[in-house]
Amino acid sequence: MSEMKTVETEMKAIVFQLLDEEYGVDVHQVRSIERIQEITRVPRTPSFVKGVINLRGIVTPIIDLRSRFDLVETTYTDETRIVIVNVNDLEVGMIVDSANDVIDVPADSVEPPPKVVGGIEAEYLDGVAKLEKRLLILLNLERVLNPEEIITLRQFKEKSE
Amino acid sequence: MDMNQYLDVFVEESREHLQAINEHMLKLENDPAEISIVNDIFRSAHTLKGMSATMGFEDLASLTHQMENVLDAIRQRKVQVTDEVIDALFESVDHLEAMVESIIAGGDGKRDVKDIVDKLNAIEKGKKQTPRTIDSKNGISGDGLDEFQRSILDQSVEQGLNPFTVKVTLEKSCILKAARVYMIFNVIEQLAEVIHSAPEVSDLEEEKFDHEFTVTLISEKEAIEIKEKISKVSEVEDVQVESYHTKSSPKESVEVAATMELEKSQEKKAENKGQNEPSVKSAQNNKTIRVNINRLDHLMNLFEELVVDRGRLEALARQLNNGDLTDTVEHMTRLSSDLQDALLTMRMVPIDQVFNRFPRMIRSLAKDLGKKINLEISGGETELDRTVIDEIGDPLVHLLRNSVDHGIELPERRSQAGKTEEGTISLVSFHSGNHIFIEIEDDGGGINREKVIQKAIENNIIDEVYAKTMEDHEVFQLLFASGFSTADTVSDISGRGVGLDVVKNKIESLGGQITVTSVRGRGTKFAIELPLTLSILSAMLITTGPETYAIPLSNIVESIVIPKSEVMKAHNQLVIDFRGKVVPLLSLREVLEVEGEPEEKDTYSIVVVRKGDQYAALIVDRFIGQQEIVLKPLGEYLSNIFAISGATILGDGKVSLILDCNDLIK
Repeated sequence: MSEMKTVETEMKAIVFQLLDEEYGVDVHQVRSIERIQEITRVPRTPSFVKGVINLRGIVTPIIDLRSRFDLVETTYTDETRIVIVNVNDLEVGMIVDSANDVIDVPADSVEPPPKVVGGIEAEYLDGVAKLEKRLLILLNLERVLNPEEIITLRQFKEKSE
Repeated sequence: MDMNQYLDVFVEESREHLQAINEHMLKLENDPAEISIVNDIFRSAHTLKGMSATMGFEDLASLTHQMENVLDAIRQRKVQVTDEVIDALFESVDHLEAMVESIIAGGDGKRDVKDIVDKLNAIEKGKKQTPRTIDSKNGISGDGLDEFQRSILDQSVEQGLNPFTVKVTLEKSCILKAARVYMIFNVIEQLAEVIHSAPEVSDLEEEKFDHEFTVTLISEKEAIEIKEKISKVSEVEDVQVESYHTKSSPKESVEVAATMELEKSQEKKAENKGQNEPSVKSAQNNKTIRVNINRLDHLMNLFEELVVDRGRLEALARQLNNGDLTDTVEHMTRLSSDLQDALLTMRMVPIDQVFNRFPRMIRSLAKDLGKKINLEISGGETELDRTVIDEIGDPLVHLLRNSVDHGIELPERRSQAGKTEEGTISLVSFHSGNHIFIEIEDDGGGINREKVIQKAIENNIIDEVYAKTMEDHEVFQLLFASGFSTADTVSDISGRGVGLDVVKNKIESLGGQITVTSVRGRGTKFAIELPLTLSILSAMLITTGPETYAIPLSNIVESIVIPKSEVMKAHNQLVIDFRGKVVPLLSLREVLEVEGEPEEKDTYSIVVVRKGDQYAALIVDRFIGQQEIVLKPLGEYLSNIFAISGATILGDGKVSLILDCNDLIK
């Protein structure tokens, strides 16, 4: 029983940075972390869709997470990483400022998200984990990677044209 | 026993048998006196019964069993082949198909077949169908066996097995009766096959019995051995093993014998044939194996990786300019294109698989509509990629329904027009070059141009002024516009709002095209053109700005360079004169929103692409050349991107997008 409890009350999170904040996603949702590489632009997509890359033979879509959340975009550096995640069989790469840590997040440290944190609206968040010296924003990837939003955006764009 | 490993085989084979039954039923309908056809159907039904009983699909087995009885009665000339009989048999096949489909979908294949079984039963007994009464126990006689179980016993006797009834009495002091029952059944199952037990096994396991129970079983062992083995279980007081006498009526056993003889004589015939013409026999023993389509897909994926690497090697060889390397790479290129051919042929299946369900469908449609229709199929052996086969069925069904409903006229109308009462729909398939053609032609009334135009104007698809200038083929093409149906009344068969536009979209998504031609009063022909394979295609690589795109060769008419001065303007649209045709000119750079300004040149590099008989000219920056590319999906996240049908990985490892010319031509 005690073992069960640890599973329930703790998750492992991949930590990455965007602007000045630290974010976390469940390690089970992360396939790999890649360095930035050449991206082929896909025309007529929302601006946060940067295009597609060749990920070991599989064509994988890439979004810029800063742009996704309407944060200030920046040039890519040696630190820039692409976090490849898999949510509901959607495989998507997310460009982040850097990613270099895996930590345990006890469930009792997670609080519901405030309305806006780090410039990101609560609907994209699962919660905020308060750890000893750091604050970790937990993303709700299902919402962040909702393909319907792309379609809505595209329709909006087509109408405005 | 774990049956899962056999499930695939079961499904495949039952489909084949159902198909065979369907085909023979159609023949029988045309030739009701031909007993050899009944024999063919009987054999398929018989095999199906055996297979489904083994797999534990009881409803399937009991229905096929009842079918068998009726067929047998026909064979014995006790029952006449009437429409009623044929319809009942067809209905049974429908039930069987539904059950098999349910099994395929992971279900248990259960289905309420009581009604149809009763119907068949009535036919077999030579009675008109009577309303259902509470005679469900009808088939069960005093020994608690139902007809199906008894037939198994009968068959086991034929196979030289011994049926027994075993009466086991446990000691009165026995406490854990269920455990003993379990042990006894364990022993029995090693010796024999249990057909029936009274009380039922579930009741036995719940100890819902006194101290005795009876088991009917078949075994190749002798009674004495069975008795000994069971007696070894502790707390068993007494075991009585008796030979079971099959109580089937003499009539039935004669029938069985007749079947056996018939089959034997046929076997003999086959043997004789084999001795006389050994070469024929070896040709018939075409060696095939069934391979799961997933494995072939996997092989294809591996090969696609290889094609990408081949591209990379080719690029490297050109760079390094080393003679030996270039030779080796060229050899590898040749080998891999042979490999590609071999792989693609492996994935090919004859289109018969799709066609063979149509005769049934047309038959019942024609019957429902009171029309007489003869369906002629040819080219069923034409092979298509498996993925296309899976997708092409629905569009064809739609077109055929369309021909039956809107194409072929009612018999009276046909005689008035001086045609035969029976209409003909021909379904033809053939290869040509890198394409497959499928044509559906009827000798019906043809398309009424005025009616189409009227409808199109009503539905705001075209305006009246434009309608007058339209040529026939343009008018017919309107049938494919969304929300179109020319039938006067909405019928069950077609015209339910989903129209030919769905068919067209599907075919285009398969990389194909559909056209329609028609002569008033003479008939209509739909022609479908499909690419042989989907995942590897020849394409031309072009650049626009810094980006490289691939255009499928199947879409390209020509690539040309023309001076800028030859570009004209019409209705605010740039156009060029291409072989006497006015073709709209599009800048790919603008369409694809490529950043930067085009180079200043005096000429345009143009790729002329087509969709059906419509053309468009695309301005590109540079032609790179022709290449075999592997189509890869962009993934669900980026589905339905405008003018992009997928991506491919080039020799240098970069991803290049594939243009979807259908979106560029409006």
